[in-house]
Amino acid sequence: MPTKPDLLDVRDLKVHFALRGGALDRLTGRNSGAVKAVDGVSFSLAPGEVLGVVGESGSGKTTLGRAIVGMAPVTGGTMSFEGREIGSLTGAARRAERRRLQMVFQDPHASLNPSMDLLTAIGHPLRIHGVTKDEDELRVRVSEALERVGLSPVERFLNKFPADLSGGQKQRAVIARAIILGPALLVADEPVSMLDMSVRAKILQLMMDLRDDLGLAYIYITHDLASAKFFCDRIAIMYLGRIVEIGPPEQIYADPRHPYTRALLAAIPDPGVRREVPRDLPRGEVPDAASPPAGCSFHPRCPHAFAVCGWESRDLHQLLEDRWSASEDLFEAERPVLGDLTALETPSYRAPVPAGKGHDGDEVAALLERVRADDPDEPLWRGVERIDVRADAASVGFRTGVDPVLTPSGEVQVACHLFDEYAPLAVEGDGR
Amino acid sequence: MTRMSVTTPGDDPVLSVNDLKVWYGTPRGAVRAVDGVSFELRKGETLGLVGESGCGKSTLGRGVLGLLPTAAKTAGSVQFQGQELLGASLRELRRLRGPSLGLIFQEPMTRLNPLLRISAHFEETLHTHEPSLTKQQRRRRALDALGSVGIPPTRYDHYPHEFSGGMRQRIMIALVLVLNPAMVVADEPTTALDVLVEAQILRILADIKSNFDTSILLITHNLGIVAEACDRVAVMYAGKIVEQGDAAEVFQDPQHPYTAELLRSTISLSTVELHSIPGAPPDLADPPPGCRFHPRCPSAMRVCATRVPVTVGSSFGHDVACWLHGPAELIPAGGTQPLEREEIARADEA
Repeated sequence: MPTKPDLLDVRDLKVHFALRGGALDRLTGRNSGAVKAVDGVSFSLAPGEVLGVVGESGSGKTTLGRAIVGMAPVTGGTMSFEGREIGSLTGAARRAERRRLQMVFQDPHASLNPSMDLLTAIGHPLRIHGVTKDEDELRVRVSEALERVGLSPVERFLNKFPADLSGGQKQRAVIARAIILGPALLVADEPVSMLDMSVRAKILQLMMDLRDDLGLAYIYITHDLASAKFFCDRIAIMYLGRIVEIGPPEQIYADPRHPYTRALLAAIPDPGVRREVPRDLPRGEVPDAASPPAGCSFHPRCPHAFAVCGWESRDLHQLLEDRWSASEDLFEAERPVLGDLTALETPSYRAPVPAGKGHDGDEVAALLERVRADDPDEPLWRGVERIDVRADAASVGFRTGVDPVLTPSGEVQVACHLFDEYAPLAVEGDGR
Repeated sequence: MTRMSVTTPGDDPVLSVNDLKVWYGTPRGAVRAVDGVSFELRKGETLGLVGESGCGKSTLGRGVLGLLPTAAKTAGSVQFQGQELLGASLRELRRLRGPSLGLIFQEPMTRLNPLLRISAHFEETLHTHEPSLTKQQRRRRALDALGSVGIPPTRYDHYPHEFSGGMRQRIMIALVLVLNPAMVVADEPTTALDVLVEAQILRILADIKSNFDTSILLITHNLGIVAEACDRVAVMYAGKIVEQGDAAEVFQDPQHPYTAELLRSTISLSTVELHSIPGAPPDLADPPPGCRFHPRCPSAMRVCATRVPVTVGSSFGHDVACWLHGPAELIPAGGTQPLEREEIARADEA
């Protein structure tokens, strides 16, 4: 256990962006919901520790990073940095924290003002925070920072403009600007993804050297599990605004628990390993964060999902669409049996499937049974409790889903029912 | 071997590029983006074209399809099924693009018309290139193509903004496939996408190849993608192909020092030590003399700084342009001595 006090402690952090909806909604005051970009994230970070935050686009990893440096509104939870609560700070008080808390962005070309030379750009934080007394001191401090990030001889770079630099040199300049105030924590959002392969290693090496020399802690945000493995002391896997697995890299890579982590690892192309493109990839893509799936957010894509994972009406709709995209003939034959399916897009554990013109509920139920018989291993059917037949429709009833929470499993914590022996039982007891 | 090319080497190539040069004029002088490149693409084969940004790989892909800006100067030959494409009339090229030559672009977000339904995109494509089809036949063809990339028929009449990035890229692929071209150039088709979606797209490309015998030129900077999806690989550096051959063979036993260094510096799950190539790629308006890689090469010899290397076959179908592999009779006396050079200035580091 770390004996040093935490540098950063984040508890149940939430960043929700309200959706404005249409003009009518605003007039009538109807709430049009929110995008839960970050939805209850907790972790702590020791001084000099590197935490990797890994996920796909839409996982909320960038928003989490921005919330930590105060660039995204915190709508819930607490965040303490060096013992000070910073989640609720705004304005000048929040900006003052940036002396110790800095950010490096993905695109070094866009992070530098094209009309500022490096002396001005890298010295800018010193001016803003009123740290230096005069121009000479500023020049000395900027030169030190340039030297530290490997942009030397310094005289050759002080008066260069971003357009004169290569991609790797620009990212070095951005890092120099980030460390010039002597921060304790750098939030680095995909700092090497825009760079060429032969340059990535140099920038990662620089970041590791800075950690060793200056005791910097990092939050390393990336979609690249390979570079995170190399650089991080701990890895958090994010999916749809939540951490689904967090732990030391040795554990995460050797024995991934969450099906999403396993899928991410299997999908990384590797020039050193000869193999076919994996066939058992999760289907579909990251869902809409404005209306996340019920239960576990990953369940629609998860090959191991079972009864309590949150199967619902939208999943049934997706299943039918996937079936029809595989076969045009099935589509022509089956689509007329069913009526308007748009109601299935409203999330519900009860999915009404209306019959088409000239068809009845029995035919709909027979069709659903046929779909089940064609692929009985489809995980969705594990969540189906019953199919009720009415005259003009069949109604599929799903088991109520349970939202998994982070639970210790070995050295890692994982949010998945496969590793949580209590959640399924709790639902069994409740009935529905 | 799990993945052999489905064709035998005796087959006529679908595409044959010979000593292709593409130069752009700039105020600093001519930029030799592609400088004397030769390769062949056979039926049903996937060739990976890898290199870092600025090595000329996208220019090469565009040169093959005749999509270069008019100011670009070209020389050499690009033969597609025996027909010369360089210097072909615009009308002739238009006739080939679509039914014979397909192109999958990098950014699926910007390539579909936001004002047109998906159905309209397919209607237009099929109506232009196969005017004899009836409306019913067009719909059928479009739904077949969409089905093969996993887009359900219920979404045929949706607009592009209703699809995610990965789905849009799949629609782009279907739009190319619907005309069943003999060759497809895929320029960084997965770069803007997430790893899981990337793997889905690679799987679709593999299916296309095996189902339709389509030849694919896959342009990418990601060596892992080449290892996973390509039969053969051509490695580009500063406008030239430095090594090409069977993908498995090149990755297991790279012959050119650049290929070896690039493989070592790629960070993968099996990486145990960070490695990078010193220096930065050269300015193509003023490339170094001799071998363009010699200033960064760990094995550079005296000859490398003065003479342009000759492409030699190190084994069957595996070519490399490096003096380490001879031919010995062209190397002047003492040319194999290690090159003495100044330390690469830190300022020139990328």
